[in-house]
Amino acid sequence: MDWISLELTAAGFYANKYCCAHWRVGHPPREEAASVTHPPSPSEHALARQGSAPLDLLQILVDLQSSQGCLSAEVLEEVSHALSMPLAQVRGVAEFYHLFSRYSPCRYRVLFADNVIERLAGMESLLIRLCEHLGIDPGKVRCDHRVMVGTTSCIGLSDQGPAALVNGLPITRLDAQRIDAMAEHIEQTIPVGDWPSEWFQVTPNLLRADHLLAEPWEVGAALGVLARQGAAEVLDCLDQARLRGMGGAGFPTASKWRSCRDTPADRRFVVCNADEGEPGTFKDRLLLQSHAHQIIEGMTLCAAIVGANHGVIYLRGEYAFLLPGLLGVLEQARQSERLGTIIRGFPGFSFDISVEVGAGAYVCGEESALLESLEGRRGNPRIRPPYPTQRGYLGAPTVVNNVETFAAAARIVANGEEAYRLAGRGEPGTKLHSVSGDCPRPGIYELPAGTPVRELLELCGAQDTGAVQVGGAAGTLLSPAEFDRRLGFEDLPSTGSFMIFNRRRDPINVVQRFTHFFAEESCGFCTPCRVGTALLRDLADKLFQGRAAPRDLDDMHRISRLLKSTSLCGLGATAPNPVLDLLHRFPAQVQARLCRADQQPAFDLDAALAPARALTGRDD
Amino acid sequence: MTRPRIATASLAGCFGCHMSFLDIDERLFELVRHVDFDRTPLTDIKAIGPCDVGLIEGGCANAENVEVLRAFRQQCKALVALGACAINGGIPAMRNQFSLQEILAESYLDGMGLDQGQIPNDPEIPLLLDKVYPIHEVVQVDHFLPGCPPSGDAIWTFLQELLSGQAIRLPYTQIHYD
Amino acid sequence: MTAYFQIDGVPIPFESGQTIMDAALAAGQYIPHLCHNPEFRPHGSCRVCTVRADGRFVAACTFPASEGAKVECASDELRELRNGLLQMLFVEGNHVCPGCEKSGACQLQAVAYYCEMLAPELPHFFPRRHVDASHPDLAIDYGRCILCELCVRASREVDGKSIFAIGGRGIKAHLLVDSPSGKLGDTDMSVHDKAAHVCPVGAILIKHRGYDRPIGQRLYDQRPVSVVGDVIQAEETRDD
Repeated sequence: MDWISLELTAAGFYANKYCCAHWRVGHPPREEAASVTHPPSPSEHALARQGSAPLDLLQILVDLQSSQGCLSAEVLEEVSHALSMPLAQVRGVAEFYHLFSRYSPCRYRVLFADNVIERLAGMESLLIRLCEHLGIDPGKVRCDHRVMVGTTSCIGLSDQGPAALVNGLPITRLDAQRIDAMAEHIEQTIPVGDWPSEWFQVTPNLLRADHLLAEPWEVGAALGVLARQGAAEVLDCLDQARLRGMGGAGFPTASKWRSCRDTPADRRFVVCNADEGEPGTFKDRLLLQSHAHQIIEGMTLCAAIVGANHGVIYLRGEYAFLLPGLLGVLEQARQSERLGTIIRGFPGFSFDISVEVGAGAYVCGEESALLESLEGRRGNPRIRPPYPTQRGYLGAPTVVNNVETFAAAARIVANGEEAYRLAGRGEPGTKLHSVSGDCPRPGIYELPAGTPVRELLELCGAQDTGAVQVGGAAGTLLSPAEFDRRLGFEDLPSTGSFMIFNRRRDPINVVQRFTHFFAEESCGFCTPCRVGTALLRDLADKLFQGRAAPRDLDDMHRISRLLKSTSLCGLGATAPNPVLDLLHRFPAQVQARLCRADQQPAFDLDAALAPARALTGRDD
Repeated sequence: MTRPRIATASLAGCFGCHMSFLDIDERLFELVRHVDFDRTPLTDIKAIGPCDVGLIEGGCANAENVEVLRAFRQQCKALVALGACAINGGIPAMRNQFSLQEILAESYLDGMGLDQGQIPNDPEIPLLLDKVYPIHEVVQVDHFLPGCPPSGDAIWTFLQELLSGQAIRLPYTQIHYD
Repeated sequence: MTAYFQIDGVPIPFESGQTIMDAALAAGQYIPHLCHNPEFRPHGSCRVCTVRADGRFVAACTFPASEGAKVECASDELRELRNGLLQMLFVEGNHVCPGCEKSGACQLQAVAYYCEMLAPELPHFFPRRHVDASHPDLAIDYGRCILCELCVRASREVDGKSIFAIGGRGIKAHLLVDSPSGKLGDTDMSVHDKAAHVCPVGAILIKHRGYDRPIGQRLYDQRPVSVVGDVIQAEETRDD
């Protein structure tokens, strides 16, 4: 296999957790290296950069995927030897994450974002177009090892899609013309780094700012308040503001911080959950891209209060392109004594933040699965109790909060709880909404908590809206009758995803896509989620194809009940939501799609006879 | 009151469940005092008429199985999946580990001892399905009686309770999947 | 003073730190389970031991017992849920009981009998999974694996070998064997390892002794799992 020198990818930048300047572009070709005496192998390079403990396994694999273009059997064996870890365990981790490729290496790996929004925007035909140009089937590496084209779950660019990751870098606003040009660049072996930079443009897309983002962040404002007023007052302030986790679950933030602080331990951690994987969500992308100082200050505030000396930002692999910027901001903070061993205004307190990069797994947004992933393992959720604030990262009490929660905490402490409370409508605060789908102005809108759905639809110019999915695949599917409902914890809690579908869209198709998403993203650990998400996917396909009978709807209810009652984590418990919403809120559409028979085969009868017909040449 | 009518059929099965049905032995005499038999290998009636109970042995391996099963579903008030093959495909479903192409090639083209083989294509032979399917994946099934085969005792308990309109509860030793 | 909670109205004594399952088993109260085994750390993956503790659905094997808690175990609702979970385990694999050496001594079967499951009334996946017969004394039929990870835990925690791990994810999650070829014959697994004896189903089989008990005399032929106990206990008291 010829050595393939990969272009500089942003994912590669992460290689040195603290200093991206040390990152070298690609690796020396193997043939050349062979003339030198015993050059370090790629995995030795990766180990040198990422550490050599089993805890570093995921980061080592991310590094190797970035530098090698795939995780080959040989590479995994080398890693297993170097870490003295069972090979099966290394393989288990490599097989868990979407962004790892276990195919043979290829120069260009194109992964189209496969969210319902991208599908409705024509992603499928673009993918086929690219495959036709390149003469390949989706998911297969071309025999010359030049290229493979596949799909991955939502990559957080639904406001500027269809989008795809090329060697880990996002290309936005795909259309036929851009696809044609991409195919030419690939055939001409033009390095991704030399592709037109406008293809890679990710615009922040903040279309309405409010309490959280309207004013520029004044660095040190929140920490100044903490220094003056003390931890107890600051926690009271967050309590009075009634700040709740913005990742969707809505746990009171101050309670979480107190619980971590009050658990006896000799070390504690603060973890920022930047694994924004809920389909149609991209508001954390904006915060990480343009408001990182505010996030860092929120984390530092938390660390000072709970007594943590180390923080980790778990950045989803799809956002690796944000890494250089993020590392830069962290370095600035160190230079100005806001991170590191000396923190201005807090004698004796040290706190630093490292970034760890994920590799494509929605379930890692669940806080305990995220911790497993941080420790280098498969992202299976943990058994709770104990909760992370009792026993979290490396067994120590850990606060895990969403990006937006840290940013909001910093703002509340800096500007006072009253301003936050008054910013809302009927409930405190504001919320960032990632708007995508059928509207002329997709992007990020910061709105007062309690804003009716209808107002956001008007703001973004949506017309003739037939359905809105609030809160991502696990959220709520609304019919027009409910557009007066309010976005907020009191009524419609949201992870920040707001997907709009006009009346010409088929809600069954939308829900079908979500069932595929959950089946794809289930970690497979517990029975109900592993099997139930696949069963719901197949039933939704059957319904979409017009082959479902009333009895199949009973099965959907039954399987949904199982998932809701017996799943280990929130993924399984919320996976049936879109199906149940469809059945409750769009009964007319569902009824119209049912076939009249008492029961239709679980399989397509004609398709099941096709192989025999082909083999025997019969047509009966 | 009219006497209940019972029909039975064996699809992709081995007739073992039917043999087990005969294993209710002298209780057959009691059974025929209470019920009439419609289509079943016991009567040799070929076409099914309206029935109260249909007992189906075997899964669906070919187009004819599907047709018979659908006829039973149409005619029977209560349809029973009798035995392992009807319930989950059973032994015949072990072929689901291979594609139809692989199976037919091994059986008729490339297998040991074959010379100038060909895949049978006589229209008399029912077309095979790509897989063997449990019958509840093709039509709605009202009752399941597991076993390979279900014992004569289990069949007797089942029929007694079904025909008397009781909820069906089998004693521990009469529930088995093999 | 001993602390108590209740299972279906029966008082169960417990010590601090015990799970509902620990305390129930110690008190002789059976809760159906597959991935749980008191010798290993609780796992909580099969969910068959789901109970309702003070109204909330929890896995008995991982949820701590607490003073005065009211636990429902045998309600119709829970029976139906458990039945559904068992059906899922059956349809996701290839469980051809008539063709399996473990039949009659299989815990998946036994728990399903106990829960009066008559059939897996869901669409079957019929996954294509292979058989690994490369080891001289052991065979793995991947089609029967229910991902309880008992072998994973036994090999790691008792045998100190870590021969098994889990790969893939979602419905494609599967057992991995620790050798470059992925074959059991290329590992240092021994038939005397704990991991060779913990499989509750017929996925990991000991060769040369199939069908050694006649029908009627097999582990669960006459008495239910609630009386007989888990496969692993029976394996250890085997006289051969």
